[in-house]
Amino acid sequence: MARVVVDVMLKPEILDPQGQAVQRALPRLGFTGIADVRQGKRFELELEGPVDDAALARIREAAETFLANTVIEDFTVRVEDGQ
Amino acid sequence: MTTRVGVVTFPGSLDDRDAQRAIRLAGAEPVALWHRDKDLHQVDAVVLPGGFSYGDYLRAGAISRFSPVMETLIEQAKLGMPVLGICNGFQVLTESHLLPGAMLRNNHLHFICRDQKLRVENAATAWTSDYQAGQEISIPLKNMDGRYTADRRTIDELESEGRVVFRYVDVNPNGSINDIAGITNAAGNVVGLMPHPEHAVEPLVGTGKTDGLPFFTSVLKQLVSS
Repeated sequence: MARVVVDVMLKPEILDPQGQAVQRALPRLGFTGIADVRQGKRFELELEGPVDDAALARIREAAETFLANTVIEDFTVRVEDGQ
Repeated sequence: MTTRVGVVTFPGSLDDRDAQRAIRLAGAEPVALWHRDKDLHQVDAVVLPGGFSYGDYLRAGAISRFSPVMETLIEQAKLGMPVLGICNGFQVLTESHLLPGAMLRNNHLHFICRDQKLRVENAATAWTSDYQAGQEISIPLKNMDGRYTADRRTIDELESEGRVVFRYVDVNPNGSINDIAGITNAAGNVVGLMPHPEHAVEPLVGTGKTDGLPFFTSVLKQLVSS
């Protein structure tokens, strides 16, 4: 089965308090030198059929209308390398 | 004929019964609507209540936006039917694009529950005509994802057209842009706000005030006169 990954991230200009909370915790745990953290979402979609242009177009549509809220989020769609 | 105001119940709605009670106290007939039913059962207006529809999975309001009842509701709202979205209902309205912008996690990351002072900025919507512009009211607020945001152009448009209906006074509880607590669409029939007017309709409970009741009497008056 083919896998398509949709990554959703808050747009750069949108404050991400979850990412900031993680960033503040890192040095407390001894992980220093990290200047910024942004937290996003990753969707792994297993396709029943082949990953052709039509399938990818449908996934982009799903990402745009549902998986991401494009008012506040950006998304990328990529095909994961098969074995 | 009695005015019929529908209240949609999604899986995870919490305040649907409170909204029905507020509608009854205002003198209208509450009608329970089910999210999987496309039919609005001849209601004159609809309230989308607070809660955590579909568990707030993906994003608050994102999954409910695609439920069958919303298809009909979106059509009717565009034709002018009064729709009020409270808290989760407001999130559903932004996800449905009936109202612009989007809702984000509170800037301090805490769930917040408090009596909130608001200023009524626009008393000309279907849901606010029983208030005075500039009036300050106090109603409960309880949410996790209440930080209203939109791009600069949208905010400028909302501000210049008087479509910011409510603003937080004294304290901004969630980091929302321009202290915005509630907005309306251009026609004034669709209103969304984060605080809960349906929890302030009886002197015995909530804030001990009835500052939320005019929402429901406003829409009743509007429907009777139209």
